[in-house]
Amino acid sequence: MSTVTIPSYEDATDRYEIVIGLETHVELGTRTKMFCGCATAFGADPNTQVCPVCLGLPGSLPVANRAAIEATIRIGLALNCRIAEWCRFARKNYFYPDMPKNFQTSQYDEPLCEDGYIDVDVNGETVRVEIERVHLEEDTGKSLHVGGATGRIQGATESLVDYNRAGIPLVEIVTKPITGTGKLAPEVARAYVTELREVVRSLDVSDVRMEQGSMRCDVNTSLNLPGAEWGTRTETKNVNSLRSVERAVRSEIPRQAALLDAGERIVQETRHFHEDTGETTPGRSKETATDYRYFPEPDLAPMAPDPAWVADLKSALPELPRVRRKRLQSDWGLSDHDMASVLNAGAVDLIESTIAAGTTSEAARKWWMGELSRRANEADIALETIAMTPTQVAALQGLIDAGKLNDKLARQVIEGVLAGEGDPETVATTRGLAVVSDTGALTTAVEEAIAANPDVAEKVRGGKVAAAGALVGAVMKSTKGQADAKTVRELILEKLAS
Amino acid sequence: MSDITKKTAAELGEAIAAGDLTSEQVTSAFLARIEAVEPKIHAFLHIDADGALATARAVDARIAAGGKFGPLAGVPIAVKDIVVTKGLPTTAASKMLEGWIPPYDATIVERIKAAGLPILGKTNLDEFAMGSSTEYSAFGTTHNPWDLNRIPGGSGGGSAAAVAARMAPLAIGTDTGGSIRQPGAVTGTIGAKPTYGGNSRYGLIAFSSSLDTPGPVTRTMLDAALLHEVIGGHDPLDSTSIPQPVPPVVEAARTGLTGDLSGVRLGIVKEFASGEGAEPGVIAAYQAGVDALVKLGAEVEEVSCPHFTYALPAYYLISPSECSSNLARYDSVRYGLRVGDNGERSLEEVMAATREAGFGPEVKRRIILGTYALSAGYVDQFYGQAQKVRTLITRDFDAAFAKVDALVSPTTPFTAFEFGARTADPYQMYLADLYTIPSNLSGGPAISVPSGLSDGLPAGLQIMAPTMRDDIAYRVGAALESTQEPRLSDQIPDVA
Repeated sequence: MSTVTIPSYEDATDRYEIVIGLETHVELGTRTKMFCGCATAFGADPNTQVCPVCLGLPGSLPVANRAAIEATIRIGLALNCRIAEWCRFARKNYFYPDMPKNFQTSQYDEPLCEDGYIDVDVNGETVRVEIERVHLEEDTGKSLHVGGATGRIQGATESLVDYNRAGIPLVEIVTKPITGTGKLAPEVARAYVTELREVVRSLDVSDVRMEQGSMRCDVNTSLNLPGAEWGTRTETKNVNSLRSVERAVRSEIPRQAALLDAGERIVQETRHFHEDTGETTPGRSKETATDYRYFPEPDLAPMAPDPAWVADLKSALPELPRVRRKRLQSDWGLSDHDMASVLNAGAVDLIESTIAAGTTSEAARKWWMGELSRRANEADIALETIAMTPTQVAALQGLIDAGKLNDKLARQVIEGVLAGEGDPETVATTRGLAVVSDTGALTTAVEEAIAANPDVAEKVRGGKVAAAGALVGAVMKSTKGQADAKTVRELILEKLAS
Repeated sequence: MSDITKKTAAELGEAIAAGDLTSEQVTSAFLARIEAVEPKIHAFLHIDADGALATARAVDARIAAGGKFGPLAGVPIAVKDIVVTKGLPTTAASKMLEGWIPPYDATIVERIKAAGLPILGKTNLDEFAMGSSTEYSAFGTTHNPWDLNRIPGGSGGGSAAAVAARMAPLAIGTDTGGSIRQPGAVTGTIGAKPTYGGNSRYGLIAFSSSLDTPGPVTRTMLDAALLHEVIGGHDPLDSTSIPQPVPPVVEAARTGLTGDLSGVRLGIVKEFASGEGAEPGVIAAYQAGVDALVKLGAEVEEVSCPHFTYALPAYYLISPSECSSNLARYDSVRYGLRVGDNGERSLEEVMAATREAGFGPEVKRRIILGTYALSAGYVDQFYGQAQKVRTLITRDFDAAFAKVDALVSPTTPFTAFEFGARTADPYQMYLADLYTIPSNLSGGPAISVPSGLSDGLPAGLQIMAPTMRDDIAYRVGAALESTQEPRLSDQIPDVA
């Protein structure tokens, strides 16, 4: 390849039109595998969840998992797809050392769901991403290379295969080409995958964990001059984080622009994204691409989903995430900006559950977006995994509302809950945290504070009411923060007025 | 002892149930017969005397204790070595699987075991069931008891020869393009291919998934029907299995044996009637069979199935296409043969060396043919066209069955040929299945019944019936058998 000058992203997107497309694989969380009764639990010892069928032993035959078909139809419905009245599986023939049959049972020209769309919000604008198809297939096993230093195949003395993952149901969701997004193409790609993940999560059919591989993305990118035909695309394989989806598009655009500027052609190829450098490197080109030799899978009866069943599934769909978000934003009276920060914090469900447990949206939001977010951040964990439940947060607020805690004490209670000391009430009791509202005890403390700070008391008497703060502080200190600051202040002003 | 091996399976079952014989006596008799005859026939790839006797004793004990079994309890059986048997070697007659011991049983094997039939061993076949002479077995060919210099048919030559030579009263075959019926015809035995989906394929090592069908190989129609009942019926492990009960085949066979076919309409396939390319003696035997059926009251008329002519080429695109995919799993990674793994060769080099050494010539030929027929740019004109022909053939059957109850034809164009006569020219070998293939493509049941001798060698008459009407074929076949005294299967030369 000749030397080319790589233009800036801005420059490239000023001069070229961008077309992107995404193929997303979602591992379904069914109890059993796609074509046999083996368990699907993640992290089991190698080859403990296998049988003749998922090992592809001679003579074994697949039987399709109805729960997986149902989950796929629900995904299709949530993505506004048309559900096929009749369809079937096909064999995709290619060699892969950890694919037991050396063909993957998938779908080809007759997918279960077709022609849908999903709306995503990017920079305050709504972008409609059209869905080409949603189909069902089986996952492969995993290779483990041992004996080398890196765990990679280079330098390994042996390769072992774990077939626990072989046969786990996999849904593939393919978009139609997404055009006209201009400079926002990387953000659109990310927003689409984010939204898709939310939709699938809302259906409770997969844990959609990109870092665990239960959701993975192939990102297609091509460039063309305005008005010209679409360019040749490259396919960046197995991108496994939302951030990387965005970066994969962002890095591919200037790279392709540079080649096109130099009059070179884009090679249709698969590319690999490297998290560390944010760059892609070439994989297999079309010239060496596999001929999959698809044909209808003769071992499986065709599928004809009962229209009444499909209608039932449709009517039973949950409220979809985007609709729900808009509803909650309105219910909670949040600006777009505030709602965005709630979303980014992953706090929507938590706040909603906290409200459902009996508190106000303001209070729920205050704790989750404030103290709890801060602590999650410090501990470098996801907010949803923090060791305090929405019910506990609601209970905490209840104690405050009842005048038993103030904010400062509440923070100490949170500390106790997170340390596993029990529910807020228990923590408050065992740690002896309670607002002192006994006026007699407070009066003594107030008198002591006035006696200890005669000059401050004089200023207040002289009309400088603001100076009372120092006395309040002194009382809070002597009561170890357990006094109700408002009551203290009232008592001080009362005393000094007489 | 030899009297035992001359009895039919039905007779043996009755004698065992009545306490006149024990399963152990019967099983021992057949094991002795195997010992005597096997060196000349080579029907078996693996003999499990200990296992068979253990089953026999267990069945005897349960019968003695008043346990209830079906009519074939205690009657031993041989199983084609392409059907997986837990703990017993299963090779599909390929070096690729030499020494492989499956960890599970095929559904039909489970049913055989549940019905109390001792399994004598695994029978020889053409490698992965690809062939019409058993000459493509990687472990030596099987000899036809009628003439030890001749082939026993294929791919189920081992099962047919075992039954013909009275080494087993019953055997299991598998039929993809005629591999039960053609060996039946050339050995003078009954070969029954049930409706596709009527018998489970779970545990059949796949050759061509949309065609493979397991079925009985026996010496009488009643025996075939009894075995059909044991192995048949819906299997939730096979998604293509038909969720309906087994057709009333035993009752139909008994009805047929009364020799009355009045009211039964039989169609003669016009396109096969000319006997073009067939031996005159085979056609004469077939004609004699038709005449016998007419004498029993059957009405016969000629029907046209214009697309049957294209069945053979369609079959030789569909079955290799499916086999190229089904056999892709033999890659040396998980089980079976591995060649050339010296730590220096790449995975793909080891895989290529293994396949080169492990697959025989016919298997390679079909894998290559199928890979080509499915490849980009050719799939529509080859595989796609063949599937269209398949649909047209099914329609031919439907149209014919609107007029008649069953179709009849010769089973094969020629009798057992001598070893080597057709191996040099694959097409000549493929012609052996000329008449049997249409019913594989449609999925309907078909049975070959001996219809006479041609130059001293048996020829068969094939009865084809509508899907899930296996009973019709059994009735007609049993009626034909009832006209033969003695039965052709009782005239098989004793090779001992």
